[in-house]
Amino acid sequence: MHEQPILNAKDFQSPQAADWCAGCGDFGILKAIQQALAALGRPPEQVAVFGGIGCSGKTPYYLSSSGIHTLHGRVLPFALGAKLANPALSVIAVAGDGDGLSIGGAHFINAARRNIDITYILYNNGVYGLTKGQAAPTLHLGEQLHTMALPSDQAALNPLLLALASGYSWLGRGYAYEGKSLARLVEQALRHPGTAILEVLQPCPTYNRIQTREWYSETHPQSGEPRLYPLAEHGYDGLIPPDADTTTIQAKQAACFARLNEWGEHIPLGVFLEDLSRPAYPEDGGGNRAIADPAGKSLARLEGIYAQLQIP
Amino acid sequence: MSHPIIHWRIGGAQGSGIDKAAQLFARACVHSGLAVLGQREYHSNIAGRHSYFDIALGVEPPTSVAEYPQLLVAMDGESLFRHLPMMRSGTTVIANRASLGLTLEKLPYLDAPLREKLRHDYGNELSVQKMIDSATGRGVTCLSVDIEGEQARIAEQLERPSKEVKRALNTLMVALGGALLGLGERALQTAMTKLFPRPEHRQLNAATISHAYRLAEAQNWPCGELAAPARAPARLLLDATQSVALGKLAAGLGLQSYYPISPATEESSFLERYPSVASREGEPFHPRIIQVEDEIAALSVAAGAALTGVRAATATSGPGLSLMAEGLGWAGMNELPLVITLYQRGGPSTGMPTRTEQGDLLFAIHAGHGEFPRLVMASASTEEAFYDAMEAFNYAERFDLPVIHLLDKMLTTSLASVLPFDSQRVPIERGRIASPAAGEARARPFQFTSDGLSPRLPLGQPGSAHWRTGVEHGESGLVTENPQIRERMMEKRAARLAMILDELPEEAMLRHYGEADAPLLLISWGSNLGAIQDAIARLEKGGHRARAVQIRILWPFPSTAVEKALAGAQSTVVVEANHSAQLASLLQSQTGHHPDHLVVKYSGRPICGDALAEALELIANGNGEARMVLKNPYE
Repeated sequence: MHEQPILNAKDFQSPQAADWCAGCGDFGILKAIQQALAALGRPPEQVAVFGGIGCSGKTPYYLSSSGIHTLHGRVLPFALGAKLANPALSVIAVAGDGDGLSIGGAHFINAARRNIDITYILYNNGVYGLTKGQAAPTLHLGEQLHTMALPSDQAALNPLLLALASGYSWLGRGYAYEGKSLARLVEQALRHPGTAILEVLQPCPTYNRIQTREWYSETHPQSGEPRLYPLAEHGYDGLIPPDADTTTIQAKQAACFARLNEWGEHIPLGVFLEDLSRPAYPEDGGGNRAIADPAGKSLARLEGIYAQLQIP
Repeated sequence: MSHPIIHWRIGGAQGSGIDKAAQLFARACVHSGLAVLGQREYHSNIAGRHSYFDIALGVEPPTSVAEYPQLLVAMDGESLFRHLPMMRSGTTVIANRASLGLTLEKLPYLDAPLREKLRHDYGNELSVQKMIDSATGRGVTCLSVDIEGEQARIAEQLERPSKEVKRALNTLMVALGGALLGLGERALQTAMTKLFPRPEHRQLNAATISHAYRLAEAQNWPCGELAAPARAPARLLLDATQSVALGKLAAGLGLQSYYPISPATEESSFLERYPSVASREGEPFHPRIIQVEDEIAALSVAAGAALTGVRAATATSGPGLSLMAEGLGWAGMNELPLVITLYQRGGPSTGMPTRTEQGDLLFAIHAGHGEFPRLVMASASTEEAFYDAMEAFNYAERFDLPVIHLLDKMLTTSLASVLPFDSQRVPIERGRIASPAAGEARARPFQFTSDGLSPRLPLGQPGSAHWRTGVEHGESGLVTENPQIRERMMEKRAARLAMILDELPEEAMLRHYGEADAPLLLISWGSNLGAIQDAIARLEKGGHRARAVQIRILWPFPSTAVEKALAGAQSTVVVEANHSAQLASLLQSQTGHHPDHLVVKYSGRPICGDALAEALELIANGNGEARMVLKNPYE
């Protein structure tokens, strides 16, 4: 057994200069991923980060791990394919709200059904940034960004509620400007043995002047409570142990449902659900292995299958 | 001396056991040492609509089923309405006596135009009996059997309820046909045992078969005797979905993703049945077979798997390829080896999901926006499909590009008896794989090299961390909009098309059939080859000499090899199962050759050797039109 060198966040930095706008929440997410990967301790070549299309999709270029810039909406199937074929890889998929929930909607709701061990980070800023300010599926009904001719006539999706219904076995939410707790959440998601989704509230300083950094930092005028609050400090525990019975599972899911419906004056952060009762997808298949001998002869033996099909 | 090929057809309602009947008959033929080729025609429906199965049998492997069989076994009245008008002199029909009184009005599923045509051809108040009378007048022999009465006798003998015995109608009809042809009763009984594992079913079916043979004897049917070789080799009875699946396993498939779609699903279902494949060395293989939410995901999952260096594939039909177009472009842009097995069906849109067509040739060549290289190949038979499925991965990995392997619905139901495939015949060629050492500078997945191919970098290997992207990029996989790098990358990707034509042997790109100096040259691709071979043999009997060239790699188009084949031909005919003659337009654009004749078929039914031979005979006699359409006016 080789001793793994101790890694730090710097080992996951790439020489590429990130071309996000000044003050973009993406910088905080990038840093959190670098810190979490360092804490995980796997060398960069054993980590593959998949991005979709949009500002979030550029994340892979700013990491020293392998980085795959895929297609708009398709990041999850690409990431799942890689993990299925090489279970030894640590796989992260990153997507924006439009990327992941709108054009990638069918993949979003189907990706967790096998409970394959990948981490999905959803950047939520309510807006399509790279195409310059259209409503994303997380922008609420009636909200109007300055780039929009009219207020949104569509209601917002609730990403984590959708994820709960879709069977993601780990649900978390972080805030792009709370670096330390965000890095911890990314690490927890990475360590979870199943499909984890981490929503990150990520202000877009250029196109979203509603959910701004200031807005997220506000406190309630009467109670003085902050808008963003950590679930753990309110006695919430989303852990479903491996041997949990149906009643426990349902109770935990109901509590999770209630917290996921909070938005506006109070927005919870932290781990909503950690379901260890669902079996993780077996990792004994796949793998890049020899398929031919040195002379190029196939190693597969079909005689056993032929014997079942042969006449007489 | 060449032995004759016998053409058998069974028709009935879907869900009434047509498929099982054909399996039973085909297996019994193989047990008798005969080679078979089957073809199933069915509606996109679960039960009730008309379905039929053709089987050609012979000592030599048949290459085509026939439009005009010698024996028609009709399980119901609708089969008689649909097929009797096509039956020619010398054909024998086995019918249920109870069907004879059936009138046209009583058939719910007969299409209105066919109803009209039958009324027009045979007059009003049309019954089965009237059609049989007309057929008999043309020289068709009709043997009508009191099926209900015979089944009642079987029930009595077995002391079982007649309801149960009626379920073995398919076996009874097959056995009557078998007895007439001279197929050995023992072969049929052996085949039955394999298909019916449960003792109570076996007892019923065994008694039914035996009853049919005694009946044929008692009624003095003019039973024939099937020529059969003394020693029968062991054969596999497969369609092309199964042979492609086996080819993929032989090729070391790592992952196949799919979304259910007719007629491609069978391939993935077959693969799912074999989760473990024995290896010559050590541990067995466990290829991942993954059903996903749509074809967009199917291609993306396969691409994700291919990034790790495993052999990855997906199987689909035309509507699926429509959704895969963006992923195909990503694979092309990323020089990613990937195999897409495309079972064409009648299009456009939902089209005819269970009917055949070669309508996606130009789509396969052009699918996706922008310009990127891909290889498009087509198999002609169940057997070829196995070896081509193996080659497809070799091409993908040697040239680092997506490969589209074209088949069609006809091949998915081309039940053929074949000798077990040799998984060692096609050597496995994996192209150039990078071996970076840990600690080296960032790996370059798109490195410029002298031959234009960059050593492949699987995800997860030591020292292999790299970037890939669908955005234009430099050698390192980082985005660039630099015009010089853009030009070099476009040239790098495109150059492999010429490389393919340069490196692949001519045999891989096209195959010749018939005598090299025959004046009539048939040019085709894919599943028509069998009908063409059959037609060439038929033409020869009429004194006409023809040869054929089967184009196997359609993109990049092997122009030089095709031009060589064109030399010396007095007349050229392109044969295709589509409306616009897509190969003909490809031929014209790539070689400038304009074929003298087109023979096309787009009814959704396959081209058969006998009908094709009739069209070609007109051409050979100088009476052929420039464009001829093969039709199925009744069925």
